[in-house]
Amino acid sequence: MKSIGLIYDRIRWDEKALIKASRKAGVPLTPIDAKEIYINAPEDSGVIKNAFGDIVLQRCVSYFRGLHLTVFLENMGLPVINSFQTSLICGNKLFTTMALIKAGLPSPKTHAAFTPQTALKVLDTIGYPAVLKPVVGSWGRLVTLIKDRESAQAVIETREEIRNSLLQIYYIQELVERPPRDIRVIVIGDEVVAASYRYSPSNDWRTNVARGGISKPCPLTPELEQLALKASEAVGGGVLAVDCLEGSNGLLVNEVNNTIEFKGISSTTDVDIAGKIIEYTVRMAKK
Amino acid sequence: MNAKCPSCDAQVIVPNDVINGEIVGCPDCGAEYEVALTDNGEIELKPSEIEGEDWGE
Repeated sequence: MKSIGLIYDRIRWDEKALIKASRKAGVPLTPIDAKEIYINAPEDSGVIKNAFGDIVLQRCVSYFRGLHLTVFLENMGLPVINSFQTSLICGNKLFTTMALIKAGLPSPKTHAAFTPQTALKVLDTIGYPAVLKPVVGSWGRLVTLIKDRESAQAVIETREEIRNSLLQIYYIQELVERPPRDIRVIVIGDEVVAASYRYSPSNDWRTNVARGGISKPCPLTPELEQLALKASEAVGGGVLAVDCLEGSNGLLVNEVNNTIEFKGISSTTDVDIAGKIIEYTVRMAKK
Repeated sequence: MNAKCPSCDAQVIVPNDVINGEIVGCPDCGAEYEVALTDNGEIELKPSEIEGEDWGE
């Protein structure tokens, strides 16, 4: 039996579900706290296999911690879910947008600027309202609906003052006219397993479950399935959550998430998402 | 299972099926702790990490 190393830095509902699912399936799984380990490069492959198992399920809540462990493990010959390439693309909104565009998939019109002046120029050109996002970040953090030039100036100035180089990459999108919800689709390998609507809470325009977004059942239509599968392929595949918007001219892929959280969607479906992730991980270890 | 909050001394409830690394909160002061199970089965509460700018999915 192949063994899984589950690397974590915080045990969320999702990690507990994965640990339980592995027990149920009789798959040996060792939780490994990323905060308690360090790596030696190079390292003997036997030592790595002994410490991490046959395959690693990378579940760090800290994106960069997970990414750096992934590049180490993968280059030392251990398969990691998700792969370094997939993690790298999905961890950056502009990288994801470019992968989606290259694959010919519909996504919101996006612009990027690299100074406060050009960011303002973009906003003045495309008009208000518009959406300003950090290229790296999750849970809707700093995702801002900019309604006018004054708000734009205030937000851009604040971002400049934070002195974080990544926040000085201005990723700007058209505000897509849509119902007050988005659609989250879970893709595991080449299987589209579930979808849910995520409604914005009454006090926010964002739909992130971490911000109080509410998950509701959503039928998996062939169109949604096909789009989610193509989006997953575009970023390199793995265990992914594809977030789609219902634009006036059809579905758009907004984001593809890497270390997926599935507590919200699990409340809307009977599909055993944790079980399917474990099954897929075992299958990938056997390849 | 119970443990004492390192910050305010209140009783923190730890579920019987707790997993190493699970987060528990103090009902009195609201502090969050990460559960560390020692080799002899005792529970230690370590301060949990503060949300980082790269946290998420």
